[in-house]
Amino acid sequence: MARAITPRRKVINTALAWFLGLLIFFPILWTVITSFKTEAEAIADPPSLFLFDWTLENYGIVQERSGYFRFFLNSVIISVGSTLLGLLIAIPAAWSMAFVPGKRTKDVLMWMLSTKMLPAVGVLVPIYLISRDLGLLDSLWALVVILMLINLPIIVWMLYTYFKEIPGEILEAARMDGADLRSEVLYVLLPMAVPGIASTVLLNIILAWNEAFWTLNLTAAKAAPLTAFIASYSSPEGLFYAKLSAASIMAIAPILVMGWFSQKQLVSGLTFGAVK
Amino acid sequence: MGSIQLEGVRKSFGDVQVIPPLDLSIEDGEFVVFVGPSGCGKSTLLRLIAGLEDATEGHIRIDGRDATDLPPARRGLAMVFQSYALYPHMSVRKNIEFPLKMAGMERSEKDRRVDHAARILNLADYIDRRPGQLSGGQRQRVAIGRAIVREPSAFLFDEPLSNLDAALRVGMRMEISELHKELATTMVYVTHDQVEAMTMADKIVVLRAGNVEQVGSPLELYRTPRNTFVAGFIGSPTMNLIEGAEAARHDAATIGIRPEHVVVGEGPWTGRVGVAEHLGSDTFVHVHETGLAETVTVRVNGDIPVEHGDQIALGPQPDKLHRFDAAGLRVA
Repeated sequence: MARAITPRRKVINTALAWFLGLLIFFPILWTVITSFKTEAEAIADPPSLFLFDWTLENYGIVQERSGYFRFFLNSVIISVGSTLLGLLIAIPAAWSMAFVPGKRTKDVLMWMLSTKMLPAVGVLVPIYLISRDLGLLDSLWALVVILMLINLPIIVWMLYTYFKEIPGEILEAARMDGADLRSEVLYVLLPMAVPGIASTVLLNIILAWNEAFWTLNLTAAKAAPLTAFIASYSSPEGLFYAKLSAASIMAIAPILVMGWFSQKQLVSGLTFGAVK
Repeated sequence: MGSIQLEGVRKSFGDVQVIPPLDLSIEDGEFVVFVGPSGCGKSTLLRLIAGLEDATEGHIRIDGRDATDLPPARRGLAMVFQSYALYPHMSVRKNIEFPLKMAGMERSEKDRRVDHAARILNLADYIDRRPGQLSGGQRQRVAIGRAIVREPSAFLFDEPLSNLDAALRVGMRMEISELHKELATTMVYVTHDQVEAMTMADKIVVLRAGNVEQVGSPLELYRTPRNTFVAGFIGSPTMNLIEGAEAARHDAATIGIRPEHVVVGEGPWTGRVGVAEHLGSDTFVHVHETGLAETVTVRVNGDIPVEHGDQIALGPQPDKLHRFDAAGLRVA
């Protein structure tokens, strides 16, 4: 029989889980609360949790001053664009690794993943100089390509693990049925891999949306996404915690909502390989 | 229309030679079975014919055409896999239709062929279900239906009944045999089950470690096995192989006698009954302490009252004795 859990134990476990959850979520909660305070309240000591005059003025000021929509659109273009471009490249790569592996396939995969271990700042100067010389600074396309390259190892790796779950015999059956490579991938492989592809897409949109290093260093006015939008509120003018909080919430709200609705898919995508 | 020729076909995976140079001829309309123990290369050979593996050397001709370098899609063959390999995201209709879609066939012709296949295989009631909603036998029929609609030169079966339970296997075996008679198309069938081989084949190819040990009709292999391996492989229970003094008495290094060709109750051999398997229709008696081999198995029609420990006399039918030389090859 499974280990019996007493009701008392259940209560303790639940309370502990809530406590840990709130602890982890607290920074975001605090940011949300601060965004509804006046600047004076925001820096008040001791800080108040709920008992203050709630106001929407920060959201209004931020929107007026900076034009949220433009940044939002750039974030969408960069994250969706880099993900789709990454898929286009990663699907053939993952196909060949999963279905026609060679002696060195595992090594190639490890090498690809190892590039993620390099601190981005290590290649900041060369990439900045190349972008500048090619006239690609502050360009959405450059960002799409760079973010695609950064996340490509993860996209390839995730698709590889999903493709490996697909029985090779089904693809062989498609070949025997007269399918060429294109048909095999389009009509058999991809429909079967839809859950895996969906998880990969969701995860990568989130990663690209939150990417701050390259988006801050390579953009100025035209291509700046929401990360730059937030950063512009940590200004030399002083610390405007309330407005900064409002800007932050406006930047992360879309991705939080998306993550909330797709959490089941995300969790299964990240953990499916854990139990065979 | 459906002849297949293998000329000097060799297959190596890296340094490991799995199939040494092999010649084989399959006539149009024949039901040929590749049989042998696990790892003997029978599935590899089938996959070479299908085009799913490339031959390291040699030529494969289909209908006289050199198909060695053709991809599977262009060889005009259809394959039924052991795991059925149905497309899980498509309905039965779409599964069976898929090869026709790949061939760019017109809707009306596609529908006609699919409905025809569904009728022959009793799939009409399940035509809109997904594979996940079908039983093993139904899935197997869908896999066969998908192969039939292509109207191929030859069908390739890779141990298609291995995943079915025993009762279903017997039924499907008959259905496939009947299908062969109805379609009159070449069928190449791989199995490790020698009963399937014996009951279904026009011609059996016995393989061991990639080598063709013998090619012949089921009764040829049963009556005149070329060597001790084939003798021991074909027939159930296996042939009794006896070496030593008794074999020498018959001018051979090894003699063989099938369990069904040993008479119980009289004869030159004696022994003690070990296990007696009473099936009702037959009795299999395993006899020890004969001085010939560790166990001599005897098959008796009907039921005989023998028990563990009984002394028993055995007499081999002299015209059914097989003789093999020191290399294991048949002696006339």
